[in-house]
Amino acid sequence: MFLFVLRRIAGMIPAMFAISILAYTIIQLPPGDFVSTYAAQLAESGTIVDSARLESLRDRYGLGQDVVTQYFKWIGGIVTRGDFGDSFEWNQPVTELVWDRMGMTALISLLTLIAMWAVSLPIGIYSAVRQYSVTDYVATIFGFLGMATPNFLLAIVLMYISTMWFGASVGGLFSPQFVNAPLSWAKIWDFITHAWIPILILGTAGTASLIRVMRANLLDELHKPYVEAARAKGMPETRLILTYPTRVALNPFISTVGWVLPALISGELIVSTVLNLPTAGPLLLQALKSQDMFLAGAFILLSGALVLIGTLISDILLAISDPRIRLS
Amino acid sequence: MSEPTVQAAADAALLDQQVDASRLQGASQWGLIWHKFRRHKLAVFSLVVVGFIYFVALFAEFLAPTDPGRFDPRYTYAPPQSIGLFVDGSFQPHVKGYSIELDQASFRRVFVVDPDVTIPIGLFVRGQSYRMWGLFETDLHFIGPLDPSQPFFLMGADRLGRDMLSRTIHGTRISMSIGLVGVGLSLVIGMILGGISGYYGGFADRAIQRVIEFIRSIPTIPLWLGLAAAMPREWPPLQVYFAILVILSLIGWTEIARVVRGRFLSLRGDDFVIAARLDGVSEYRLIMKHMMPSLYSHIIAAITLAIPNMILAETALSFLGLGLQPPIVSWGVLLQDTQNLRAITQAPWLFIPGICVVVAVLALNFLGDGVRDAADPYAK
Repeated sequence: MFLFVLRRIAGMIPAMFAISILAYTIIQLPPGDFVSTYAAQLAESGTIVDSARLESLRDRYGLGQDVVTQYFKWIGGIVTRGDFGDSFEWNQPVTELVWDRMGMTALISLLTLIAMWAVSLPIGIYSAVRQYSVTDYVATIFGFLGMATPNFLLAIVLMYISTMWFGASVGGLFSPQFVNAPLSWAKIWDFITHAWIPILILGTAGTASLIRVMRANLLDELHKPYVEAARAKGMPETRLILTYPTRVALNPFISTVGWVLPALISGELIVSTVLNLPTAGPLLLQALKSQDMFLAGAFILLSGALVLIGTLISDILLAISDPRIRLS
Repeated sequence: MSEPTVQAAADAALLDQQVDASRLQGASQWGLIWHKFRRHKLAVFSLVVVGFIYFVALFAEFLAPTDPGRFDPRYTYAPPQSIGLFVDGSFQPHVKGYSIELDQASFRRVFVVDPDVTIPIGLFVRGQSYRMWGLFETDLHFIGPLDPSQPFFLMGADRLGRDMLSRTIHGTRISMSIGLVGVGLSLVIGMILGGISGYYGGFADRAIQRVIEFIRSIPTIPLWLGLAAAMPREWPPLQVYFAILVILSLIGWTEIARVVRGRFLSLRGDDFVIAARLDGVSEYRLIMKHMMPSLYSHIIAAITLAIPNMILAETALSFLGLGLQPPIVSWGVLLQDTQNLRAITQAPWLFIPGICVVVAVLALNFLGDGVRDAADPYAK
């Protein structure tokens, strides 16, 4: 098992490398180098441009040297010192800006993933066992609607409804008095009362498709001879279904993390922009619009890393639930 | 129901089956596919819906009552009008006019329907002139007020007093064409890479599969946003449109490549392919003449299922302000207005483009499901 985890982590390195190249390409894409842009911005706002500072910036990011050197300066800074460069818009090191936001994004994504599994697993099982029942049809219709509705639209509709009928605005993750408060039970409770809305919005589309996956997996298993045999021996139906076919059907279900998580993080970025949550989304969008590329690049790199870590966890879970995978 | 009629009905059904069977024996592959597709009622219905949406996209200028850019500050957030058919007992299609009152509580201008003002409307009326498909000048509109200067807002107006119906119709053209053209581009990339992957196998296959896995594991929105943000601001709208197409296709091709690869892999070992190869058929001819025909239906299914994803992606990008830019009108661009919570509480009809997105995506998905099931007419 330990070896298996080690092998998986080693397998992540090339993927991480590819993501970092991609992120750096995006940093490099806007025309002109960012120090000149920065200098132009300063000059525009009337600040006196300190040429010594600009020179030190040029040197730090290796501007004027070839792209490969620049890339290695950037990634070297991240790997050795955790230094993602400076955000020119905020005039702060990127590190100070990203971790809190990215942590919130990771937390919301993780909670949504758990909620999605918790909801779709029982409904999927029920849908398969009672195929073509009312519940099955309702789940199917809900599934297609969830798939076809862009989640930002869902967020806006929910905001509209809550404003029109409850007179309260949804948005944010904390009440104003808790935003800067230290961690406490009251703050956690406040978080829970706010967080269910983004979780609900984010989870809808994924839950819908997970129900379909679970239903299809279980339907494949339900009519196999081993189920028939267990039933013929007089095993109680509920215990039978949960002990045998469900466990087999669970494996493809766990491996869905690979595509659910990227979709979840993508969705989180849009929904948090609409609901104005203190997560990575609004900051990334702002950074991209003002071409604050080091900040944007850091977010793109970290969201890629988040997916890789999520996939690693799902691989480990899969290995625990299915011995064939860790032994082969 | 009495005994003989049941018997007759059963006979008729049996006869139908026999006729069906004899007809199917000589049917072409496309005939078989169509026969199987027709049994999927939801897919047939979706085909009609999708056909209607593309019809609207094709004839947008003619169907829209006005130009999507025409604004009138007097009618900011004017509510939708409803069509009445009779005036004083005689047939005269019309809408009611507006009068403006000041809401004493909020000091906002509110529109109320003015029952005294009737605005006669008609089909095939003369209105603003436009160039149909850029070919010829005309001013014929499918529906509109008889006097073009009168207000006519079947779906209400937006914050600049522009007609939502006209804007949604023109948005249909852009959104649906992004889906179609974007998928066309993904198809080219997907066919080539998927074909190489499935036909040759070996190292090329492994390399391409790694690339696909990698692309699928990246969260798409940050990537799209990053690429879109890198576009120079001064680009003209048409260039932005094509840049967005390329950006969406860069990621969209993977699903098509997967389908093509899978089909090539399974066809490669089929008897007729081996026979053709042993007969010394050239590789190009083998792929184009022997393997391709059994791929078409699967590719059509993959395309139909890829279009809605393109539409959703474009909508999300434009919604965030990094996709298409006004004056180009797409559903996503129209939905930008809904970001303002005050605006939508005052004018909920701004959601209408969102409904269009949901309907189009649902219909294309059902249609794609139906085509996929029918794509292999010999499967049980």
